Amino acid sequence: MIIRLAPKRHSGFNYMLRLFLAGFAILCACLTANAQEGGLQPILQNHQEIIAKSSRKTIKPAIDAIATSGLPQAQAMLETWAAKNMWMRKTDGQFFAAEKAEGRSYILTDFDTGESVGAYEKSNLKQLKPNSGVRAMIATALVQFQLSDPDRAKRLAALQSIQRDPEGALLEPLRASIDGEPDADLKVQKHRLERLLTIGYDEDSAARVAAIEEMTDDLGVDVRAALNPLVVTKRQAAVEQPVDLNVAKMLIPGSTALSRDDAYDLLVANNLATPRVTSNDIRNALAGNINGGRVGGVPVAQLDNAAARTRAYAALAEAGTVPALITQADIDAALDPHVFFETYAEPSPEVTTAAQQALERIELKVGLNQTLDLTLDAISLASIYFLAAIGLAITFGVMGVINMAHGEFIMMGAYTGYVVQQFIPDHTLSIIIAVPMAFAVTFAMGVAMERLVIRWLYARPLETLLATFGISIALQQLAKNIFGTQARPLTAPGWLDGAWVLNDVVSISYIRIAIFVLALIFLLLFLNITNRTRLGLEMRAVTQNPRMAGSMGINPGRVNMLTFGLGSGIAGIAGVAIGLFAKVTSDLGNDYIVQSFMTVVVGGVGNIWGALAGAGMIGFLQKGIEWMNPSNTLAAQTYMIIFIIIFIQFRPRGIIALKGRAAGD
Amino acid sequence: MTFLKSTLAGSAVFAAMATAALSAEDTIKVGVLHSLSGTMAISETTLKDTMLMLIDQQNAKGGLLGKQLEAVVVDPASDWPLFAEKARELLTVHEVDVIFGNWTSVSRKSVLPVIEELDGLLFYPVQYEGEESSKNVFYTGAAPNQQAIPATDYFLDELGVEKFALLGTDYVYPRTTNNILESYLKQKGISDDDIFVNYTPFGHSDWSKIVSDVVALGADGKKVGVISTINGDANIGFYKELAAAGVSADDIPVVAFSVGEEELSGLDTTNLVGHLAAWNYFQSADTDANAEFVETWKATMGDDRVTNDPMEAHYIGFNMWVNAATQAGSTEVDAVRGAMYGQEFPNLTGGIAVMLPNHHLAKPVLIGEIQDDGQFDIISETDVVAGDAWTDFLPESAVLKSDWKDLGCGMYNTETKTCVQTLSNY
Amino acid sequence: MDHSFIAKNPSVLVFLTILSLFTLMVTVLSEGFGIGVISTSFVKTLGKTLCLCLIAVAMDLVWGFTGILSLGHFAFFGLGGYMIGMWLMYERTRLIVVESLAQAEIPPTPAEVVDAIGNQIFGVVGSSDFPLIWAFSDSLFLQLALVVLVPGLLALIFGWLAFRSRVTGVYLSILTQAMTLALALYLFQNDSGLRGNNGLSGLQNLPGVTAGQDMVSIWFLWASALALGLGYLLAAWIVSGKFGSVIRGIRDNEARVRFLGYSVEVYKLAVFSLTACIAAIAGALYYPQAGIINPEEMAPIASIYLAVWVAIGGRGRLYGAVIGAAFVSLLSSWFTGGQAPDIPLGFYAIKWVDWWQVLLGVSFVLVTLFAPQGIGGLFDLWANRRPLDRHGANLGPDDGALREKEATE
Repeated sequence: MIIRLAPKRHSGFNYMLRLFLAGFAILCACLTANAQEGGLQPILQNHQEIIAKSSRKTIKPAIDAIATSGLPQAQAMLETWAAKNMWMRKTDGQFFAAEKAEGRSYILTDFDTGESVGAYEKSNLKQLKPNSGVRAMIATALVQFQLSDPDRAKRLAALQSIQRDPEGALLEPLRASIDGEPDADLKVQKHRLERLLTIGYDEDSAARVAAIEEMTDDLGVDVRAALNPLVVTKRQAAVEQPVDLNVAKMLIPGSTALSRDDAYDLLVANNLATPRVTSNDIRNALAGNINGGRVGGVPVAQLDNAAARTRAYAALAEAGTVPALITQADIDAALDPHVFFETYAEPSPEVTTAAQQALERIELKVGLNQTLDLTLDAISLASIYFLAAIGLAITFGVMGVINMAHGEFIMMGAYTGYVVQQFIPDHTLSIIIAVPMAFAVTFAMGVAMERLVIRWLYARPLETLLATFGISIALQQLAKNIFGTQARPLTAPGWLDGAWVLNDVVSISYIRIAIFVLALIFLLLFLNITNRTRLGLEMRAVTQNPRMAGSMGINPGRVNMLTFGLGSGIAGIAGVAIGLFAKVTSDLGNDYIVQSFMTVVVGGVGNIWGALAGAGMIGFLQKGIEWMNPSNTLAAQTYMIIFIIIFIQFRPRGIIALKGRAAGD
Repeated sequence: MTFLKSTLAGSAVFAAMATAALSAEDTIKVGVLHSLSGTMAISETTLKDTMLMLIDQQNAKGGLLGKQLEAVVVDPASDWPLFAEKARELLTVHEVDVIFGNWTSVSRKSVLPVIEELDGLLFYPVQYEGEESSKNVFYTGAAPNQQAIPATDYFLDELGVEKFALLGTDYVYPRTTNNILESYLKQKGISDDDIFVNYTPFGHSDWSKIVSDVVALGADGKKVGVISTINGDANIGFYKELAAAGVSADDIPVVAFSVGEEELSGLDTTNLVGHLAAWNYFQSADTDANAEFVETWKATMGDDRVTNDPMEAHYIGFNMWVNAATQAGSTEVDAVRGAMYGQEFPNLTGGIAVMLPNHHLAKPVLIGEIQDDGQFDIISETDVVAGDAWTDFLPESAVLKSDWKDLGCGMYNTETKTCVQTLSNY
Repeated sequence: MDHSFIAKNPSVLVFLTILSLFTLMVTVLSEGFGIGVISTSFVKTLGKTLCLCLIAVAMDLVWGFTGILSLGHFAFFGLGGYMIGMWLMYERTRLIVVESLAQAEIPPTPAEVVDAIGNQIFGVVGSSDFPLIWAFSDSLFLQLALVVLVPGLLALIFGWLAFRSRVTGVYLSILTQAMTLALALYLFQNDSGLRGNNGLSGLQNLPGVTAGQDMVSIWFLWASALALGLGYLLAAWIVSGKFGSVIRGIRDNEARVRFLGYSVEVYKLAVFSLTACIAAIAGALYYPQAGIINPEEMAPIASIYLAVWVAIGGRGRLYGAVIGAAFVSLLSSWFTGGQAPDIPLGFYAIKWVDWWQVLLGVSFVLVTLFAPQGIGGLFDLWANRRPLDRHGANLGPDDGALREKEATE
C-alpha cells in the first residue's frame, strides 16, 4: 500500500499528519495480525501526559498509537474520549470510562476488561475534555473503524468526519468501503467523497482530471474547497525564467497586474534588492547621528521639515554612515534584470488547467445561484417589512392617522407569544394559540386607543402623531417594567427549525418561508376583506368621503374603530412572527417603526398594493446595497434611507399613488 | 414663573444633598455608577447588585478601617453625557472615596475627564479594547491580550482555523479588537484574503445574508472560524440564523467575546452546543470560592440568576481596594493607588490575580464551550496573562508602555524614551 | 423701530429680565464666582437647559408658527456640537502632541505633528489618518463658521428638495425623521470619520484654558444665556413683523397664501434653514458643557422629545417653548436621577426611575387631548385673556385648524 504524499494544499501540520497517517496505514497493515498483548491502558499510560493535556498540537502520537494498536476496544475507548466521558484517576493517572453515580461520585469502568473498578469521589478524578480540534482528530482516527460499522449513524459520522478533514490516507479505506455499503443514500455520499478525495490526493493525474471533470456540475462548497487549493498561485521573482515550475502566468512590471512599486517590494521580499528608506528610518537615523547639535552639517533645530532632513540624510549617506536613499533610477535598475511570474503550488499542469476550467464553469453557476439566494433573502426581508407595515398601511393609508405606537403593537404581539409559551410548553400548539391571542390583545388595544384618543384628533393629524408617540413611550416603558429589559425567548416549533436547502449556495430558513406565507395570507385576507365584505365596502367609502358615507347610512365612527382595530391586530400577529425569527425585547418596535413608515410612504398611501410595492422595493434595495458592500451592514441602511428621501422627491405620493378625489391633499 | 420655581426647587434639592454629605463623616462612601435604566440597564443592574452584595459582606466582616461602608448608587440611565454629570456629582456632592462603575467604552471615555480632573478613583470591570491608561482608573476586566488574542491562538492552534470571519457590532470595542486581531493574524501568516470583516448595527436582526457569506468562505478549502464581537440582543438573531443554516460548531466554530451566561439565558442553546466564548471567568468554574460566591448570589437575588465575568472583576477589584486601603491605612486616592500595585487576590476560578503597575490585572484566560443548559464547559485555561494597556500588535501602540509605579506615566514611548502624556486624551 | 417692537411685545422684555436675573442669581450662588450653594454639576445642568430652551424656541418657530412639524432639528443641534467638538479635540490634542514631541531629539515636521494628532484622536477607533471632513479642524474661526454653515446648508438642501415637491404635513414629518435617522446611522459608522459610536469626548476641557470647571461652567452659562436671549429676541422680532404674519398664514392655510402671490416655498425654506442654524448654535454651546457628543444624541427620539417639550410648554408662543423645554427636561432629570422619592403602595412601590417615562407618555397624551395650549395656556388665565368667539366657525379655514370648541375648552 503506497500512499501519495505530495499535495501541498495544507499547512505544515497537516502535511506532517498525513505523513504520519501514511506511515501508520502501513504499520496498521502489519500490526493488525498481532495485536498488543497488554491492552489499552499501557498505551494510554505511555502517553499519559499529552492525553491529560489534550491539546491538538501534541496529541497526535497518542491517538495514532491507540488507533494502530489493533485492539478491538480502541473504537469504544476513542468514542468515550470524544464524548468527554473519559476520566483520569488522580492517584495513579489511569484512564477510565466514567458514569455519574449518586452525589458527587462516579463509577469507573476499565477499557480493557469492560468491568467496573468501583465508585470514586469527583475530587479524586479529573474529567478529560478534548476540545473540538482534538475531537476532530479522534473522529478522523475513528473513520477506519466506522466506515463499515453496522450502525448507519456511525457510518454517517465517519463520512462527515472525512468531509471536515479530508486526508489522503482516507482515500483507500473509503474506496474499499463503497461496494459493501448497504444504504443507497450513504453510497451516493461515499461515492461523491471518493471523487473529492481523488481530486486532491490520487497520485494519477489522469484520474484526478477525470474526477475534476465529473464534478464540474456540482455546486457544493466542498467541491470548490477541493478545487480552489489546486489553483492557488504565488508571485515570484527570479533572475531567469524558471523551467521546472508550473507557471500560471508571466507578469510585466508596470502593468495593472503588477505595479512597479509592488514589483520592487517583491524583489525586496525575495532579498533581490535593498529595502527602501522610509521617512521614519530617516528620522531615526538622524536622531542617532547627532553630533554637536548638528546632523550631517545641518543644525538640529532646522530639521523640522522634510527637505532639510533629506539634505542631512544625504550628507550622512555620503559619509557612509547610513544606507543611501533608493531613487527611481535604483528601482528601474533593479527591476530590469528580473522576471516576475505567478506559479501554481500544484506541480501538474493538466490538473491545474482542468481545475481552472472547472472552477470557471462552477463560478458562473455559483454567481447565478447567489443572485437567486439574494433574491430569496430580499423577498424574505420584503415580506417581513410588509407584515410589519400592513397594519400601518391600513391605519395610515385608509384613515390618514399616523400611529407612532404601531411598533409597540408589534412588540405587544411578540410578548403575547412569549406569555402564551410560558403556559403552553408545546411549541406548535402555543404558536397556534398565540397568533389569535396576539390579534385579540392588540385588536382590543387598538380599539381602546381609537375610542379614547385618536377619535378626538381626526381633524388634527399632526397631533395624532404626537399623542400616539406619548402612548408609544408609555407602552415601551410599561413593557420594560413588566418583562424587564432582557430579551425573552420565543421559540419556534421544531418543524420550523432548519432551512430549505436547494444547494450549497441557495437556502432559506423555514421560519422565513413561514413568514412569507403569513404575509401572503394577510395580503389575500386583506384584499378579501376590502373587496368582498360589508366592512370593506364601508371602509373604502369612508376613506373616499367620510361625510358622504355618513349620509349614506354608514357610521364612520364604527368603521374607523374597526379599521384601526384590524390594523393593530395584524401588527400583533406580525409581532409573533418577528419574535420567532429575531428577538423579543421592549424596544422591538423601534427597529421596525421607521422602516414601516418608509414602506408605506414609498409605496403610496391608501392602497395595499402600495405597501406591497414599498416593502418589495425596500427589501430588494437593502439587500442590493448589502451585496455591494458586504462588510458594512450599517452603511446599507444609511444609503437606503438617503435613497428613499431622494425617491420621494420624484414621486411624492409613492409608487402607487391614489388618483382623483381620494388622493386628497 | 414655573420655570423659575422648578429651578429653585432643583437647587434646593442639591443644597440639601450637599449638607447631607457633610454630616455623614462616620462612613466610607463607595460610589456605584451603573445604569439602572435605558439600554444598558440589563447588564449593569447586575453589577450594581453585585456591589451592594460585596459591600454588605464587607460590613458584616466589620467594615473598613473601623468604619462602615456606605454605597451611593446613582443612575446614569445609559445616557453617556449623564455619566460625566453623575461622576462629578459623586465626587463633589457625595464625596465618595472610590467609584465602581461603567460598562460601555463610550461611558468610560465620558467620565474619564471628570475623574482625572477631580482626582477620583474608578474601578472598571468589563473587558474592553485597551489603548488607554489613566492614572485614576483600575481596569479589572480583560484587555485584548487577555481575551481576544488567546482565543485567536486557540482557533489557530487547537482548531486549525485558517480563514477568519470577524463579525462585530459597529462600535469602538469590536472595531479596535478586530483591528488588533487583523494585525495579529497577519503576523501569524494569515493573508488579507482570508480575513472577512463585517459590522452590523446594534440590535441587528436580519442575519441570513451574513451567515451565508460566512458559509461561502469555506469554498477555498480552508477551515473557517468566526470571531464574534457582536453585542447584546443582536446575538440572538445571529445564533438563531446559524442554527437554522445548520452550521455546527464542528464545521464553523464561533468564539464570542461578548456572550456570557447572562446573554445566553435569553436563548434556547440546544443548537449552539459547542460554540465558544472566551472570558476570565465562567460560572461553571469548579472551585470552593466560586461555589460560595454563586450560592450567595443566588441566595440574594433568586435561584434563576447567573454569575458572569464582570461580576468577578468587581469581586476582585473591590477586595483589592479593601486590602489596599487597609494596607495604606487610609482611603485617600494616592495612598490607595500606591498600595494597589502588586496587590494580590485569589480568583474565583483558582489562582491569584495580581494588580500590575499599568493598572491592569494578571489573570488566566478561560475558553468555554456552550452547553445545552446555557452554561459553559471550560475546556481550556491558559497560564496567567498580564494585561497590556497598549497592544503589541499595532505599530503605533507597540512602542507604548504604561507604568504608573516607576515611570509615573501611562503612555510612555519606549522608542523615544519620553512620556507622551500623563492625563488621558479621552 | 426698536422702541415700538418692545412696546408691542412686552413679554420679550419680561422674558429678558427674568433671564438676566436668573443668570445673575446662578452666578452669585455658584462655586466658581459666588457663595457655592449650587454645585458645579448643577450649574452645568442649568447651562445645558438654557441651550435646550434655545432649540425649543427654534422648534416653536418652525412648528408653532410655520406649521412644519420637523422631527429633525436635533440632527442640526448635534451637527453644531460635532463641528465645535472637532476643533476642541484637535486643538487639545495638538497641544499635548506638540509638548510631547518637543521632548524628542529632533524637532518634528508639521506632517509628523498632524500624524501624531491623528493617531491620538483616531487610535481609539483603530485608525490614524485624518478623514477629509477634518480639513478645517485646525482653525477655530473656520470651524465656528461651519457650526452654522453645515447644518444651515443641510437644511437648505433638504428643505429645498422637500418643499419644492410640496411634501407637507405628516409626510414631511416622516421625511425629516428619516433624515435624522440616516444622519445618526451614518455617524454611527466608524468610516464616517467622526469616531463612530464613541463620538467626540472630553469637550469640557477647553484647550489652553487652565481655569477649573467651576469657572468654565459659569462662562458657558453666560454664553448660553446670551445666546438664548438673542435667539429669543430674533424669534420675537421675526414673528412680530409681516414675515411672521405670512408664516402664520402658511400654517393655517398654505394654499391660500400661495394664491395670494407669496412664494410659500421661500418662506418655509427661510424659516427651516434659520431655525436649523439656531439649533446648531444651541448644540455648539450644549456639548462642551455635556462633555461628549455621539450619534445617539441625534437619534430620532430626541427630536420627538423636542416636539413634546414645545407641545407641553405651549405652541405658537415663544415663552411657552422655553417653559416647556426647561420644565420637562429638568423634571425628567430630577425623576431619572433617582432623587424623587418612591411611592410605596403596600403591595408595590412605584420607583420613579421606572415609571417616569410612563407618566411622561400619559401626560403628553392628556396635554394633546385636553390642553392644546400647554403650560403657556395658564398665562392666558392669569392674564385673563379673553377666549376667541367666532360663533362656532373654525378658527382656521381648513379641517386641520384649531376649532373654536377646542380653543375655548
